[in-house]
Amino acid sequence: MALLQISEPGMSAAPHQHRLAVGIDLGTTNSLIATVRSGMSTVLQDDFGHALLPSVVRYMPNGDIVVGHEAQAHQSEDPVNTVISVKRFMGRNLNDITNKAHIPYRFVEGSDAATTRSLQLQTRAGLKTPVEISAEILKTLKARAEKSLGGELVGAVITVPAYFDDAQRQATKDAARLAGLNVLRLLNEPTAAAVAYGLDNAAEGTFVIYDLGGGTFDVSILRLSKGVFEVLATNGDAALGGDDFDHRIYCWVLDQVRAANENFSPLTEEDTRLLLTKARQAKEWLTDNFEAQIVCKLGNGILVDVTLTAPQLVEVTEHLVSKTLSPTRKAMRDAKLSIEDINGVVLVGGATRMPHIRHAVQEFFKQEPLTNLDPDKVVALGAAIQANILAGNKSDDDLLLLDVTPLSLGLETMGGLVEKVIHRNSTLPIARAQEFTTYKDGQTAMSVHVVQGERDLVSDCRSLARFELRGIPPMAAGAARIRVTFTVDADGLLSVSAREQSTGIEAHIAVKPSYGLTEDEITNMLKASFNSAEDDKKARMLAEARVDAGAIIGSISAALAADSQLISAEEVKAIEAEIQKLQQLSEGEDATAIHQAVDALNHATEAFAAARMDASVSRALAGKHLENLDL
Amino acid sequence: MQSTPPNHFELFSIAEQFNLDTSTLESNYRKIQSAAHPDRFITAPATERLSAMHLATSANEAYSVLKSPAKRAKYMLEQHGIDAIADTNTVMPMDFLMQQMEWRERIEDAKMARDISELDNIADELATEAKALVGDLCELFDIKQDLAAATEITRKLIFIDKVCADIDQVIEQLDH
Repeated sequence: MALLQISEPGMSAAPHQHRLAVGIDLGTTNSLIATVRSGMSTVLQDDFGHALLPSVVRYMPNGDIVVGHEAQAHQSEDPVNTVISVKRFMGRNLNDITNKAHIPYRFVEGSDAATTRSLQLQTRAGLKTPVEISAEILKTLKARAEKSLGGELVGAVITVPAYFDDAQRQATKDAARLAGLNVLRLLNEPTAAAVAYGLDNAAEGTFVIYDLGGGTFDVSILRLSKGVFEVLATNGDAALGGDDFDHRIYCWVLDQVRAANENFSPLTEEDTRLLLTKARQAKEWLTDNFEAQIVCKLGNGILVDVTLTAPQLVEVTEHLVSKTLSPTRKAMRDAKLSIEDINGVVLVGGATRMPHIRHAVQEFFKQEPLTNLDPDKVVALGAAIQANILAGNKSDDDLLLLDVTPLSLGLETMGGLVEKVIHRNSTLPIARAQEFTTYKDGQTAMSVHVVQGERDLVSDCRSLARFELRGIPPMAAGAARIRVTFTVDADGLLSVSAREQSTGIEAHIAVKPSYGLTEDEITNMLKASFNSAEDDKKARMLAEARVDAGAIIGSISAALAADSQLISAEEVKAIEAEIQKLQQLSEGEDATAIHQAVDALNHATEAFAAARMDASVSRALAGKHLENLDL
Repeated sequence: MQSTPPNHFELFSIAEQFNLDTSTLESNYRKIQSAAHPDRFITAPATERLSAMHLATSANEAYSVLKSPAKRAKYMLEQHGIDAIADTNTVMPMDFLMQQMEWRERIEDAKMARDISELDNIADELATEAKALVGDLCELFDIKQDLAAATEITRKLIFIDKVCADIDQVIEQLDH
């Protein structure tokens, strides 16, 4: 029955059966995995008692792949084949990566020039995409969870920086699929932290989550009220984090060494990694100490021996700290709040341990930040709580997350300008429509170019997708009425449709960013790792179809038993007839026929579902308890 | 869904008036989302998940309209068949146009001088102005039911909203 456990999360859980679900914080520097056990969210440890898994992947000469502490220990000896901070490259192409010279990797432009594909890294194991490298980290965490929980996982909630764009989110989802994880939801990191913090402290009011991780900065403002976590605004910088502080220290050290040595030859890849590691250690040391000594020997024989003091660290990284305050101000303005409205500021991410960050946050919000939860673990703990709920486990925490779109979504109009259709910080799910018209007389086709970002020019925004609407009847310029609808679901995934109003001609697209992997690539990669035979696939499809059928019959029968008075007797009969048909088919061997009957049953219950939804809302507004409405 | 979808006020079970009770609006919005959000229907059949998605989407849209006074006024006029921002609608009074030009010039000057605190000052003045207009609208919509006068004030409020959005954008550029 192992196959049944990984099927879509559309089926009802058998009562009292706990479904194993995990929350994963896939971090730039460290990753964690957590789960809810006996009502408590807990971070899972490896055999050595480590909770944090360094996000480091090493490709070994013998073909093995090593992830975590062991890989980290060898990063300076084997920098080219030991990838750290891969999260910074997710959903990115070569042009997106600044300071390439100071990163010891051999970058290769994506293979398909036409669609500006993701960058790749040249390792001894061949070309590797950031998605594949991230999948190795996720596989390690998955194995840890399955070992410690003793079963297969139903699904995972994986956290992403709130300020990640569509390409970065898609890449994260691809990595999870490649690792064999069923993604229940991509959850924004600050929202996950708010869940863990809010539930732990029974907090009510308006809170700011200031999340400075290894490679990303997010700031979110949330209103917590009776179990509803409503994100009012979010902002950030997807390329700013603790790594940049290390890099500043590294540059400072280089300046010192160059000043002391006249004939300073260029650094090798090993030297670069060694100095960056020393820089990170010095930064961490300075959290509790006044000065840090940086001592090491470079490949060219030069001995580095410099002392960095805490005030010097503040000086060389001051502009990075102020770079976090600009998004913070933006979020406050978008939420239309002032400092006095904020009930608490929660610090998240290892980089917020730096005293001058804490000081800057305190200065800005005129209150001492809250640090009573471990800033490294809070995101994973919150993700596990959401995973537990989404997996269908009954939970005492009756919570609901209302998140927002971090970046505006729009269309390209004449002159390379962007017309925003959905503005940033709109609550999900959302649907918005806007009318456009033709530019030329007799124009019969229209190219729809979907972009993401805040700037006015298309060239300054990220391109998400293009599609064409053809068959517009020839009319004078400006006469056609083309209605373009953007829909973003609760997962933050965008779909766009266009419709010419007079003829009703339509075109749809589920946006798959040009940076993501294609469906075929994913399938091939999965095939390569699982090598599943065709028979297997058939058996699995039939098993899944039967589970689907069983689930829908169960839930609709329950709904009829509870609420059949909402519809007419004929409608009830029609639904019952479809149930019977499906019941018969699901005893047979034809997966396609079962799927069709499931669709037919779904179709037959549309009016009933709407009536039930209306009834449940009326009951909610009348203040009645909703417990028995859940299926 | 239904044959006639409820209007935004009906959806939240609140009285159809401009001077609305924001705390009831907020708490009813949360109640609806708690009952109808797609996350509550993860294990439900596809049709119910779709219904939930529709309802949650309408609730978000209605909430964003009702909580903003300018959008709420525009929406109430639309319910009476009036398009507040139609080109054919009444022109702005001269004194308001003059005041607008003055605001725009001050914003431009502050932008040149990179003076964020001056921009904040202008935004504060606009907020005070908007508050007075909102007071007028309560009377015009709810007591006098004078839609013609309400339309003119609504247009002013929409203009002020636009100027505020422009100020935010300038501050954002300067802050970068």
